[in-house]
Amino acid sequence: MTYIAKPKFHHPGLKKNELGYTHRDYEGKISTLCAGCGHDSITASIIEACYELSIEPHRVAKISGIGCSSKTPDYFLGNSHGFNSVHGRMPSVLTGANLANRDLIYLGVSGDGDSASIGFGQFAHSIRRGVNMTYIVENNGVYGLTKGQFSATADRGSKSKKGVMNTDNAIDLVAIALQLGASFVARSFSGDKSQLVPLIAAAIRHKGAAFIDVISPCIAFNNHAGSTKSFDYVREHNDAVNRLDVLTGRDPITVEYAPGTVQVVEQHDGTRLALRKIDADYDANDRLAAMTFLQKHAAKGQVVTGLLYVDPDAEDLHAHLETVETPLNKLEAKDLCPGSAALEKINASLR
Amino acid sequence: MPDQSPISSVNDFVVRFANVNGSGSASANELFARSILRHGVPVSPRNIFPSNIQGLPTWYEVRVTEAGHLGARGGVDLMVAMNPQTWDKDVASIEPGGYLFYDSTKPMPSSKFRSDITVIGVPLTAITNSTYTDPRQRQLFKNIIYLGALCALLDLDPKLVEQLIGEQYKGKEKLLSSNVHALHLGRDWALQNLKCPIGLQVKKSDKVGDRIFMEGNSAAALGAVYGGATVCAWYPITPSSSVAEAFTSHCKKLRHDPETGKAKYAIVQGEDELASIGIVIGASWNGARAFTATSGPGISLMTEFIGLSYFAEIPAVIMNIQRAGPSTGMPTRTQQCDIIACAYASHGDTKHVLLFPEDPAEAFEFAAQSFDLAERLQTTIFVMLDLDIGMNHRLCRPLKWDDARQYDRGKVMTAAMLDEPGRDFGRYLDVDGDGIPYRTYPGTHPIKGSFFTRGTSRDRYARYSEEGAIYADNMQRLVRKFETAQDMVPRPLQANAAKPTKYGVIYFGSTSPAMDEAIGLLEARGHQLDRLRIRAFPFHSSVASFIADHDFVYVVEQNRDAQLRQLIVNENGIDPVRLVPILHYDGTPITARFIANAIGDHQDHLKVTPLRKAVS
Repeated sequence: MTYIAKPKFHHPGLKKNELGYTHRDYEGKISTLCAGCGHDSITASIIEACYELSIEPHRVAKISGIGCSSKTPDYFLGNSHGFNSVHGRMPSVLTGANLANRDLIYLGVSGDGDSASIGFGQFAHSIRRGVNMTYIVENNGVYGLTKGQFSATADRGSKSKKGVMNTDNAIDLVAIALQLGASFVARSFSGDKSQLVPLIAAAIRHKGAAFIDVISPCIAFNNHAGSTKSFDYVREHNDAVNRLDVLTGRDPITVEYAPGTVQVVEQHDGTRLALRKIDADYDANDRLAAMTFLQKHAAKGQVVTGLLYVDPDAEDLHAHLETVETPLNKLEAKDLCPGSAALEKINASLR
Repeated sequence: MPDQSPISSVNDFVVRFANVNGSGSASANELFARSILRHGVPVSPRNIFPSNIQGLPTWYEVRVTEAGHLGARGGVDLMVAMNPQTWDKDVASIEPGGYLFYDSTKPMPSSKFRSDITVIGVPLTAITNSTYTDPRQRQLFKNIIYLGALCALLDLDPKLVEQLIGEQYKGKEKLLSSNVHALHLGRDWALQNLKCPIGLQVKKSDKVGDRIFMEGNSAAALGAVYGGATVCAWYPITPSSSVAEAFTSHCKKLRHDPETGKAKYAIVQGEDELASIGIVIGASWNGARAFTATSGPGISLMTEFIGLSYFAEIPAVIMNIQRAGPSTGMPTRTQQCDIIACAYASHGDTKHVLLFPEDPAEAFEFAAQSFDLAERLQTTIFVMLDLDIGMNHRLCRPLKWDDARQYDRGKVMTAAMLDEPGRDFGRYLDVDGDGIPYRTYPGTHPIKGSFFTRGTSRDRYARYSEEGAIYADNMQRLVRKFETAQDMVPRPLQANAAKPTKYGVIYFGSTSPAMDEAIGLLEARGHQLDRLRIRAFPFHSSVASFIADHDFVYVVEQNRDAQLRQLIVNENGIDPVRLVPILHYDGTPITARFIANAIGDHQDHLKVTPLRKAVS
């Protein structure tokens, strides 16, 4: 929601991707968020991931709720349609949009207030329905736009900027997403772009409900000592279980990995996810183990990040509803209207 | 013999069945209503049921009406009293000279009867117990046995009933023959033991014609199929659930690709009404025709999204099957009580289009039309049914569809249009002066036509703005758009009295059949009234001129606060004194008797000299 449009000129030597788009083609308007906001780093990561995947920018629908995070879709993919909807209701709007046209890429952007409080139900139900989407929560533990109230993801015992202690238990959206059957679950940190970009790219290529919780410190209201969502705290407690490389097309795996340290997961569309294990025991295909691992590490105050779970054979809502391949919004009267002859038969059956 | 002479009437009486919820009586009772229709005699049946699944009292009322009066009449001529719980009240409700049919297996003290009615006892339990051993069969066939007895008592043609049973159990021979057997068991017992027929009789006629017998919810759902709806999101709530359920069953028959078997629709049962309307708005934003069905409490929950639909200009169709409120109110009783709630739903300055069908045929038409209106006007359209239309079978004209009809997809700019030289796309730019801007679907063009949809204010090019002038400009355009809607929605229908009169009556929706009948009753009392049936909001200019043409106009509606009257006063600047409210809001459907009494008494109070007396 900016007043300032970004200038269109750019360096003629800018690199182009497979489709001939430069990085600039994936940008949006200039951000109006606070300087240093974690959300802007996530915006940059989304731009990077879309550029690297050579996505046609206009084939993405960006949908958000209300809040600082939900403003960000205006700051990337300026040639895409965006929808800044109602507080906490991004998931239902995205679900409807997805039902109308299964051929677009759906990027849902939300915050911790939006998804863990007012929209907790919609978050849960869109995940359990398996809507084909990339659902990103930009998680800073506070309400930014209303000036620093705790959100439901704030850890118990963490302190607000004014020194108030949070006594409520935190909601861990990653744990909930795993329990509800999300087929792609990740956590990352806005300050770690090298981890975040491939996670977003892999999520976009995942066919099913992909959820990424990105800890994104609020520079204005939640970046102080005593906060568990500050840059310093997350850097100190970041416990990455793996690093990810996304390999698209038929490119051979060129990166050299030490033997036994890489797990390659192939998704439906042919994307291969090369997972470099950091924690040797972590298996990203085991939902139950992932849930246990998360709980154990959270109890120790660690923030577990990485690709936590992926089901490469996931199905989406369209598969469950057995809808036609043609997007529903492309069907015309001849496809949809049974006509007068059928109506006459119906009339006859009602006499 | 009763001390009042028994009512004698052919093809004009009311039968009420008092049953226990969950006893399987509904299908037998419906069979009764349908079999009278097969005699060429119109019927108007109504379910009167509790918010409960099993064990509570439920009633099914059939008005047999050769004259075709399809509104509720009030009063009962024949009570089929099958529920001991409600016995006293049921017996008390019979008209003097009426009839009581009951299960006489167990003797009842004479204090339980009335002396001014004819009592007809049939030992139903004894007959079923001696014929069937399975308890479930005993229960179900008892219903068919009383139907058989009624056949004899009312002189129904058993062949027509058998024919109906045959259609119902086509291909299920065993069920068919056992039902026919039970029917004759009851009929034969009555013929042998009772004086048949009684004073109430059905004689074959030809007054049904080609009319169909259908529930409004099912008709509205079929309208959504014909209107091209592809996305339905809903949350269960009485009395609207059967809209989505009927949409599901219609789609299963009519909307699967013949080659692949795949569905050309998507139905999602949402987690609540907020999600349901959110899905509808997301789908409509993305170019699909989408709807939800709900009732009062659901409307309350949807109001934030309805405001978004109004302000961000996204099509949506909401079918509101009204029930008595506020709060949980009376979920299984009918009212027209969400007029204000829907017309002005949401915060800020909002106004919405409402359509008021009178019966299933109009529910079908308006439901289909609502998608054209929603896409043309890019806003929420409410299709306002109520329980009386929605959940009762109503005799109505056959459904019609013109195969030449095209969907009006509204102002949608395509990629080719965006590429036209000199084309200026502004999402909120009023290029035609009708207040309706062009929109684009997501994914239309690589570099043109994208915009950011938001509920916050923005300029004509969808750019965020908090400038007062820009905000006001947009709000004024929305008013212009609403004025445009006035000439697109179904117009009011006027019917003038036989003689010139200074008095008029305005009504809408399910009140229609009772109103039509009341006009006859009022004429008999010497009161002449011109009628105007409102079919949509915003009101067409003919509403104001109708009021201007009469000294007083009665506004008949089924709510406490005269909501339609308020809306007319508010929107058309009418002096409230000129609009006399006639209000019925106890949860039962309005009757002709009620309307005629209320208007008749008011007319008498005005000391109006009836025209008849003036002439004589």
